[in-house]
Amino acid sequence: MAGYDKLIFELSSPGREAYSLPESDVPAWDPRAALPASYVRAEAPALPEVSEFDVVRHYSRLSRMNYGVDTHFYPLGSCTMKYNPRLNEDMARLPGFARLHPLAPEALSQGALALMHELGAMLGEIAGMDAVSLQPAAGAQGELTGVLLIRAYHAARGEKRTKVLVPDSAHGTNPASTALAGYEVAEVKSLPNGEVDLDALARHLDTDVAAFMITVPNTLGMFEPRIVEITELCHAKGVQVYMDGANLNAILGIARPGDLGFDVCHFNLHKTFTTPHGGGGPGAGPVGVRAHLEPFLPVPVVTKAGDRYALDWKRPRSIGKLQAFWGNFGMLVRAYAYIRTMGADGLRSVAENAILNANYVMKRLERDYDVAVPGPCMHECVLSARRQKKLGVTATDIAKRLLDLGFYAPSTYFPLIVEEALMIEPTETEAKETLDAFCDAMIRIAREAESSPALIHDAPVTTPVGRLDQTRAAREPDLRWTRRP
Amino acid sequence: MASRYIANTPREQREMLGVLGAGSIDDLLVKIPPKARLSRPLALPPALDETGLVRHLRALAGENADADAYACFLGAGSYDHYVPSPIGHLVSRGEFLTAYTPYQPEASQGTLRSIYEWQTMIAELCGMDVANASLYDGASSLAEAALMAHAATERGEIVLSSGVNPLYRRVTATYGGGPGLRLRTAPIPDGVTDLAAARKLVGSKTAALVVQTPNFYGCLEDVAAAAELAHAAGALLIVVADPVNLGVLEAPGRLGADIVVGEGQGLGVPMSFGGPSLGVFAARQALVRRLPGRLVGATVDRDGARGFVLTLQTREQHIRRAKATSNICTNVALCALMGTIYLAILGRRGLARVGELSAAKAHYAAERLARVPGVALRFGAPFFKEFALRLPKSPERVAARLAKQGILAGLPLKALDRALADCLLVAVTERRTKEEIDRFADALGKAVA
Repeated sequence: MAGYDKLIFELSSPGREAYSLPESDVPAWDPRAALPASYVRAEAPALPEVSEFDVVRHYSRLSRMNYGVDTHFYPLGSCTMKYNPRLNEDMARLPGFARLHPLAPEALSQGALALMHELGAMLGEIAGMDAVSLQPAAGAQGELTGVLLIRAYHAARGEKRTKVLVPDSAHGTNPASTALAGYEVAEVKSLPNGEVDLDALARHLDTDVAAFMITVPNTLGMFEPRIVEITELCHAKGVQVYMDGANLNAILGIARPGDLGFDVCHFNLHKTFTTPHGGGGPGAGPVGVRAHLEPFLPVPVVTKAGDRYALDWKRPRSIGKLQAFWGNFGMLVRAYAYIRTMGADGLRSVAENAILNANYVMKRLERDYDVAVPGPCMHECVLSARRQKKLGVTATDIAKRLLDLGFYAPSTYFPLIVEEALMIEPTETEAKETLDAFCDAMIRIAREAESSPALIHDAPVTTPVGRLDQTRAAREPDLRWTRRP
Repeated sequence: MASRYIANTPREQREMLGVLGAGSIDDLLVKIPPKARLSRPLALPPALDETGLVRHLRALAGENADADAYACFLGAGSYDHYVPSPIGHLVSRGEFLTAYTPYQPEASQGTLRSIYEWQTMIAELCGMDVANASLYDGASSLAEAALMAHAATERGEIVLSSGVNPLYRRVTATYGGGPGLRLRTAPIPDGVTDLAAARKLVGSKTAALVVQTPNFYGCLEDVAAAAELAHAAGALLIVVADPVNLGVLEAPGRLGADIVVGEGQGLGVPMSFGGPSLGVFAARQALVRRLPGRLVGATVDRDGARGFVLTLQTREQHIRRAKATSNICTNVALCALMGTIYLAILGRRGLARVGELSAAKAHYAAERLARVPGVALRFGAPFFKEFALRLPKSPERVAARLAKQGILAGLPLKALDRALADCLLVAVTERRTKEEIDRFADALGKAVA
């Protein structure tokens, strides 16, 4: 593997072909004759000319420069990097799903609509919500949708509220989505243990506040013990409460956002419901709401009358559309297959084993690393490398050294309220021996920080490239390949 | 409860609980107050074994009109183009499929290199300086472009041609609601944008003019004239384009576009009932620090070896939070990989061939279908691979009748535009055969007789 340094353009040899297209069986149509000259490309685009085998070998080689869940333990906190069942891939590729046009007549897409309707109902039951929109393409778009729903709700009541509260421990998408929806973002300081400071929250809650947006369990991996009081406090002030569902894996079958008093939550199907991350997407970010927000859901809504399913566009109070079609349907198929495979007991067992695994890792590492908040934790634990930093070894250094020891890295420097944070989420799909091997590696690095920090500073040395110059990348952006003379 | 997706056995659970000094998993839930807990099992359908699940999902899939069993003349933003076999195999490799966003670049060079290739190919096709790693779909790409134009010009109005996909316009309205963008619409009296009318709408408050080419109704727009008009008012020109067509059609950037967006589904991504899709986004260099989404850049490692990283990240939500250029985090990286492999396979000549074949078949189909008595092309303007037909009978009923004969005839336009209630939007890709087109024409003849 070492040494492969090609881009597809550098394999190009004029005249090579990798495609197979039919001969034309209709009269020729010459764009140059039929269209104004300025509409037609004068020169073919500079795309590669390669053989099919060139393509297959090149991308196979590139794939081997990646760590994936399939090949490496991925303890990436907040990302729920669990096993992605292959069966679900097969199901999404069935021709009746993968080769279905989004505008096929309703009578000829009943199976797809039925799946969406049932998935919406199952997600609603899992979250204790009254209605679900499957349209948002990812968590961040789910957040935008949720905040726009809240905005529409307040507007319908004739209320002008201008602010959304977000804890200082929040994911970056929370303030970004809120700002995108036209709200001012106000940050609420958390207690040192990461929990919501009810006094601080109460001081912020006034008639200008439209919503409070929080993650449960929080980004320190802890269940918010006073969550019911928090949602009640917000509601007393007319404030809607939004749950970021990034950490839903921890509470499947144990607690439900709707029962906790949340008005809106989103689901990350690519986290909790096993759709693969794909190197950064696609995902899916359905949104669940309580009944008072249902009239505002994006159009169209999948409805059922008798045994017929339909797309309902007649929703005059809807916030509109988030993507051109109905949602990331391929991801919906995978999530549906997963939920139908697990059932209620299986999903509860997912949460329980995710919690057990995270606590086990935290326990094994608590002597060698500082624990951000004492346990028990939920599905993830946050450590601090502040002790190692005094020896000159940072969270980044530890992450890079882990790559050499055969593991992907935890999330680093998040949440922002923990110094030198290392956020570890093992998930329920990992076996004890994998957790033990990872903990052994972490402990070894803690020892190396004391005895041979240079080893850590040089890491990684086993990956296709060593540490990369980020500053140069940002100062002299080189964002596309050009042929060097 | 045993599950093939959970590793721990009861014995291993006991061992781990022993290390924790806990008697049961319930002991780990002490921070969850009793009143917050669900006191019953979730009411979900019973779990299915693998055979049962496959049987159930095959039955659901079997109720749908897949494009292998039907001759698909549906387009309107999703197209039945050829998907070369290697794409599915390569994107199924676990190292691509199950990797996360490449935040640890040393362990993600495969993904990063492929995105750099994607950026290069898209910038080339669009005639732009830079392209990003992808957005969700064509519609949200347009919405993000409108927001970017608003931020770059500090102006609050967007003028959109009525030829822009109406679903894209709805998504732009949703996104534009946040900052309160005012959207205005320029008419398309005979299939293309009325530039004289547009000129009256575009002024000192206009952040951008948006045209789509070929537009939603299949007709080709005069992008150069639109660019001149927009620039004269100090506004940007956003062009919506289908990258599949750009092997034949001129790159919008060479005609004056400042931002090019589009739906990349045709580049080897399954139609999959409309998603996941592939949002394409490219722009001029001057706008690079305002771009939404991820960007990959080339750099070097400690030994001077070439490597790739996510760059200019101070634009993004995980750094800038409320001040980010967009909220996007997860994008559609694996679909962009499909697009990259597609463009590598089709290459310099293949992509042009796809465009030429699609256009030739579309023109044959238009000629053949318009020969049916009572049927006519709705617009006179030049088109590419899609066109609107006026029918003498209800397009909904005609489409339903042809569907029974294995033909997805096209999209009845009434739901999207009342003025075109007698029209059917027909798309023809290189996958359609003369035999299918002839069969379509014969069936249409009988349906409207």
